[in-house]
Amino acid sequence: MKLTLALAQINTRLGVPQANLEKHLALIRDAHQQGADLILFPELSLTGYVLQDLVPRVAHRPVADDPLFAPLLEASHHLDIMVGFVEEDRRSRFYIAAAYLSQGEVRHVHRKVYLPTYGLFDEGRYFAWGDAIQAFDTRFGRVGMLICEDFWHASPPYLLWLDGADLFLFASASPGRGLSQDERLESARWVDHINRAYASLFTAFVAHTNRVGYEDGLNFWGGSAVYDPNGKVLAQAPYHEEALLLTEIDLNQLHRTRYRLPLLRDERTALVQRELNRILGQRQSNSGR
Amino acid sequence: MTTIDLTINTDLVRKILTGFIRTEITRMGFERAVVGLSGGIDSALSCYLTAEALGPQNVLAVRMPYRTSSPDSLEDAQKVIDALGVPSITIPITEMVEPLFERFPDMSAVRRGNIMARARMIVLYDQSAAFGGLVVGTGNKTEILLGYTTLYGDSACAINPLGDLYKTQVRQLARAMGVPESILTKPPSADLWKGQTDEGELGFTYAEVDRLLYLLVDERFSPEECIEAGFTPEFVHVVTERIRRNQFKRVPPIIAKLSNRTVGYDFLYLRDWGT
Repeated sequence: MKLTLALAQINTRLGVPQANLEKHLALIRDAHQQGADLILFPELSLTGYVLQDLVPRVAHRPVADDPLFAPLLEASHHLDIMVGFVEEDRRSRFYIAAAYLSQGEVRHVHRKVYLPTYGLFDEGRYFAWGDAIQAFDTRFGRVGMLICEDFWHASPPYLLWLDGADLFLFASASPGRGLSQDERLESARWVDHINRAYASLFTAFVAHTNRVGYEDGLNFWGGSAVYDPNGKVLAQAPYHEEALLLTEIDLNQLHRTRYRLPLLRDERTALVQRELNRILGQRQSNSGR
Repeated sequence: MTTIDLTINTDLVRKILTGFIRTEITRMGFERAVVGLSGGIDSALSCYLTAEALGPQNVLAVRMPYRTSSPDSLEDAQKVIDALGVPSITIPITEMVEPLFERFPDMSAVRRGNIMARARMIVLYDQSAAFGGLVVGTGNKTEILLGYTTLYGDSACAINPLGDLYKTQVRQLARAMGVPESILTKPPSADLWKGQTDEGELGFTYAEVDRLLYLLVDERFSPEECIEAGFTPEFVHVVTERIRRNQFKRVPPIIAKLSNRTVGYDFLYLRDWGT
């Protein structure tokens, strides 16, 4: 089965969801006309990233009568859509979230589990932690979504893999940092390395969509890319420029790669569980330097 | 001595910084910028980047000599103006500052220097209003960390493209962008009094201090680890103290908190809010 992905590497307006929605709808139309089956937007694509005290003002619920989600759900009759937004739950906790929309329905919502609160990041000050990492079924097979810091940790992709995901959808708003002689920023190089590693180790497809633009002095570096189950880069968008990157992926590559390299078949999950129980049961052994 | 490499990829930095200038000026509703050109390397580089970002016709270069300013400074600034084809204006500050100097004849060189830096800020912000452009700053990471700058003087600007580049890296980028040779090679000077040089006044060279700052700040070395890495204890002490004592120049004036919601503490928005 072949599937055309569209990675929408966009800039956003900070704290103006309506303006960002219009941009989403225009790109969804473009991608649809170009034959895309699934369009992927970056982290917080409907709101912008450094929201600080704007968080409560831009929060939405992913339901049919929400003014942001109604037109997106309508558009999802043409192609599947992953969008980034601020979710407010029924008890007014705020999450960095990604929603997967298909055929007029919300198929899955992932709430960011790992909120970086160090260095230039302050997400834990404003947002609640997500508490679940789950794959879900789509018309293209089983899929998993993660948001930025989620896949800087090795365990969330691993859990999605065990939960059946063959296509990993990663969304970022990654601020560029780390200068050297390299033509790429350190943050860009790092994310490329780990995404290539996940595709290789899990013999799966990885599609990473990162945003571009500036918020005050922060630059977002783009470089969105798709990796195949051999760890090969199938397509990559430019750095620091808006782009709509379309790539066809052949899901049958899973069949070919996994026969050659049966890492999934041979994964000793019961052993992992046993050892995890043991390790987490003896707390002092994994703490300290 | 620990290996320290401050070399940067100038193509990448140039792309990020021109994008920064263009975005952060246009999103505020402006298309133009104003840069104070001293004839030195920092303001030359800011002017090159801004001209590339906005188009030379949208950048006003302002020269603000004082009676004793070196003629070389004016000439070097003119080289930048000619090379880029930016509009320019020359507004001497002598008549602005001399009455205050005369009122206090015993004034120290530092007081006079600060007054000149602040007079230039007044001229620059006035030209900003007249030309309809934002003031693009010229302060680099070395001088910001060392506090080698006049508060509300040369440090005043709307946006600062150079503030995360050490002087060593400013030199590298300026060379890559084609800043004239005479500007690249002359000793850095605030030119506030005759014979003043940055390195003479600071007591060490930029090449030395940038390597130390890189370890202390970027690599998060402790002062002890810097000494182990080969720097003398005296030098490490002088520099770490300078950084600490000048923190006040790097923050907005501190506000006494009284209410439940206070600007700067729990009223937090980016400048770019809503754009």
